[in-house]
Amino acid sequence: MYSTINEVIIHNRSSIEEEWKSQMMQFKEDERELASVTNEVYKNSNTEFIDNLLNHVIDGQDEISSDLQDFFERTVQIGWPLSYVTKGLQLFRRIGLKTIVNKKENIDGIMDTFEVFDRSIDTLYEKIVTYSTQNWKDTISVQKKALLELSAPLIPVFESISVMPLIGTIDTERARLIMENLLDGVIKNRSQVVLIDITGVPVVDTMVAHHIIQAAEAVRLIGSKCILVGIRPEIAQTIVNLGIDLSEFPTRSTLLKGIEAALELTNKKIEALS
Amino acid sequence: MAIQSCVDVRNEWDIVSARQLGRDLAKDLGFSSVDQARITTAISELARNIYLYAGNGRICIEPIEEGNRRGLRIIANDTGPGIQDIRKVMEDGYTTSGGLGAGLPGVKRLMDEFAIHSTVDVGTEIHITKWLR
Repeated sequence: MYSTINEVIIHNRSSIEEEWKSQMMQFKEDERELASVTNEVYKNSNTEFIDNLLNHVIDGQDEISSDLQDFFERTVQIGWPLSYVTKGLQLFRRIGLKTIVNKKENIDGIMDTFEVFDRSIDTLYEKIVTYSTQNWKDTISVQKKALLELSAPLIPVFESISVMPLIGTIDTERARLIMENLLDGVIKNRSQVVLIDITGVPVVDTMVAHHIIQAAEAVRLIGSKCILVGIRPEIAQTIVNLGIDLSEFPTRSTLLKGIEAALELTNKKIEALS
Repeated sequence: MAIQSCVDVRNEWDIVSARQLGRDLAKDLGFSSVDQARITTAISELARNIYLYAGNGRICIEPIEEGNRRGLRIIANDTGPGIQDIRKVMEDGYTTSGGLGAGLPGVKRLMDEFAIHSTVDVGTEIHITKWLR
């Protein structure tokens, strides 16, 4: 069965190539993401693409060839849209099937040939989709890790005084991390006072406030003090509107004021050298 | 009728997109930074309620005009379990999830208008409005 496909494809190789290439050029004009790619680069890439596709079908292997795999990986890595590859496969399938139907004299085997060709393209689809989703997943998991490392650092600034600057949105996962790092850090650094700086937190709603209150309460239980700093005026107003009670909780407007208060609490003073 | 923008709320990150949308629209309409924060916080509360209690729902935001005043209306609706006793959830300090219980009464104070409609086992719809001053 393979031999018939081979014959048709090999025999019509140049016409398939030509039609496929001209339609791919049309696709480039419609696809905005490819606008920055020069025609020269695009043409070279197309030549490689169609050569590999034709070889894949002619070889009749179930597995994807290493050349084609390599080509797919490169297009994903240089950031070309996935639609470039899927469009190329679609066009190849359409042109290939049309050629087979047109050129094959014996009508009996046509459905079988049709199916074999169709399936060999399916394998390629699966490969490219799997590879590119895996690529995205990897990127996301790396970024997640990086984000987690940045999410709740506790920085010792003086003996027994630490600062936790919070920047960005606080979700449940991060709230848990804040609590853990706060308690671990307080024990490890023997902090008497911890300043939580929320200058970079865009929205303080009841959930965020609730998590901060709980964290402060936990810090109090292990014998240290928490001061909330960096409350912007608009955040102060929304906190009051929401009716959140922070009266139990020492607060200061800025980190600087907070550090002054913390020094006072630990009986320390910064003096200029005369 | 002004254009309505909507965000489906299914996970915690949708809460962030809902309030980002609210903040952008509020900024475009010319709300002060304090009112922007109020609107964003109110959306955050409503979106979180959807996420916590209903699992999924939708937040829609539209600029509105009435006579010579302009404002922003936010509609939160879900097909969740509904609220048994609306009077109770509007009391400060009432919570079923171990939170602060300041959510809905807080939203009412943050905004100019507040309307809630809820049917048990059918869902909840909340309309809130802030007028431009």
